[in-house]
Amino acid sequence: MTTTAPSGRRLNTSKAMAEAIAQEMRANPEVFYMGEDVGSYGGIFGSTGGLLEEFGPERIIDTPISETAFIGLGIGAATEGMRPIVELMFVDFMGVCLDQIYNHMAKIHFESGGNVKVPMVLTTAVGGGYSDGAQHSQCLWGTFAHLPGMKIVVPSNPADAKGLMTAAIRDDNPVVYMFHKGVMGLPWMAKNARSIGVVPEGEHVVPIGKAAIVKQGSDVTVVTLSLSVHHALDVAEQLEGEGISVEVLDLRSLVPLDREAILESVGRTGRLVVVDEDYQSFGLSGEVIATVAERGLALKAAPSRVAMPDAPIPYAQVLEYAVLPRHERIEAAIREVMG
Amino acid sequence: MTTVTDAPVPEPTETGVGHQLADEVRLDLYRTMVLARTYELAILREYHADKGPGFDIGKGLIPGEMHLAAGQEPVAAGVCAHLVPGDAVTATHRPHHFAIAHGVDLDKMTAEIFGRETGLGRGRGGHMHLFDPDAHFSCSGIIAEGYPPALGQAFAFKRRGSGNIAVAVTGEGAANQGAFHESLNLAAVWKLPVLFVVEDNEWGISVPRTASTAVPSNADRAAGYGIPGHRVEDNDVDAVYEKAGEFIERARRGEGPALLEVATLRLFGHFEGDAQGYRPELVDVPKLDAIPRYESRLIEAGVLDDALRQEIAEAASERVEAAITFAKDSPLPSADEATKYVFTEEA
Repeated sequence: MTTTAPSGRRLNTSKAMAEAIAQEMRANPEVFYMGEDVGSYGGIFGSTGGLLEEFGPERIIDTPISETAFIGLGIGAATEGMRPIVELMFVDFMGVCLDQIYNHMAKIHFESGGNVKVPMVLTTAVGGGYSDGAQHSQCLWGTFAHLPGMKIVVPSNPADAKGLMTAAIRDDNPVVYMFHKGVMGLPWMAKNARSIGVVPEGEHVVPIGKAAIVKQGSDVTVVTLSLSVHHALDVAEQLEGEGISVEVLDLRSLVPLDREAILESVGRTGRLVVVDEDYQSFGLSGEVIATVAERGLALKAAPSRVAMPDAPIPYAQVLEYAVLPRHERIEAAIREVMG
Repeated sequence: MTTVTDAPVPEPTETGVGHQLADEVRLDLYRTMVLARTYELAILREYHADKGPGFDIGKGLIPGEMHLAAGQEPVAAGVCAHLVPGDAVTATHRPHHFAIAHGVDLDKMTAEIFGRETGLGRGRGGHMHLFDPDAHFSCSGIIAEGYPPALGQAFAFKRRGSGNIAVAVTGEGAANQGAFHESLNLAAVWKLPVLFVVEDNEWGISVPRTASTAVPSNADRAAGYGIPGHRVEDNDVDAVYEKAGEFIERARRGEGPALLEVATLRLFGHFEGDAQGYRPELVDVPKLDAIPRYESRLIEAGVLDDALRQEIAEAASERVEAAITFAKDSPLPSADEATKYVFTEEA
């Protein structure tokens, strides 16, 4: 994560994610992984690479293209004490199975007065930047976070991908694990420099609900997550040379949201930029700003947000890059709040 | 356990039942139906007791929508008679008869319907969202969406080799939902021990099945998934019992899922307060009730007499009224805890 690379074994994010799954599957026979093309293909985005060979088709399970049926199957198995990890290939596909997710997975514990647990992980790929168009490029984490009853984790780097996966599998609640295709370190997609990093070899747990300051700074806080963390770090490193000290806060979890970390950082810097690859209105960026506003923090400048405009994501690269929260827009927002 | 799979098939009677079930089996089916009916009538009484003046759905000790299953008791009784501890049932928005037939704790279920802290869901669920983990019972207010979780329960049973099965219940309207078809296919592909039950009460709220469903029998749809399907006509509890027994034994043997549709009867409206203006034969509906008909058959067969009938009715009433008293005497949840139990850390 930093300019001076720490020593240790390096993995890309998809391998780090698969390693956490493998370690938990070795430790707990109730854990299994299920989804479309997670077996011999290894997951379209590499989430289960190599797992079929070790665990076999009884525990790394290819499903029909029937998201309602197999996500619901995961829910039922979880209520019987198993610990399913179920993959929704693209988060954009939530439209065909949302009832199982938000009316069942997320509500059963509450509706049962705490008597029935649903210890399940729903993994899903998010994000754009590679011209996959309006139906395969969305983040939608704000939509999931808006619906109560699910924890939401969004790793930005290999070590967190492993640690948050371990925590998610061990959690007794439903956890939605949203991995950005652009941080996975896939050989067939433009690689972010930080998508390969040092990952602890043994047990590694990142607690759910704890944000991380990935770069310290004193002039402005950039609150962000997922692939945008890397864009923000690039911009922060560049502005450092101009004497603008940018702090970058990686939320890592949306539910629970580490509001104290946001308030602590913004309280120090007095300036706030939120960078969010989800749609701008009614979502995470507004929630972060509201958190600061409700606490009555005195800011040196009005907060700013860099998010996807409220429009479907366009296909042509020139158009998509115009709406993504990329470096130029982040830099402009930071300069704006610096005055 | 009585099945007809290997038995010689006698001439069918007018009810479609190939032969007489054992007296004790038939009495048990009758007892279950009477208990479920007694319960629905008691809830009906309590529900309407304090909705006035006029009818305010949000008023009273039992507020909200109320979908009573009166008329559909033969389905629950006939299916659940075959279930053993550890078997699962996922029911619908009209769940009481299946809950009762499957042995859900009646006190806690009633307390939940009354929104009490002692209820199955501590007042967070309500009558469409009943969860009894001891009985592996759940229900869902969303049409057809109770099917997929049943697959997961069956998956866990199969994995563990417990020999248990899951029963997934919907109405005939749900058979036109995607979840229904996805579930049949997946259960068939993975040979999961599931019995899919379709309660055809002819009405999806106000829309008759003839206007909603492309095939005369949803059992025909089983063929599309390579699994056995059967339709029981005339709300016949003996026939439900026999066919459910055959399908459940098959599932326990590891031979996979099956689909059982039952032509049943919605004795009341979709929900309480539904005037049913869309239902032309409304005045004749009570004549179709299966329970008095079954009672007469048992009396004719010498299985039941007036004294025993009275005894069964009184026992049911006593049990139901005790549950209602338990519910009414139970504390309401604390308003301070309205958001408790979203996550397990709060439990």
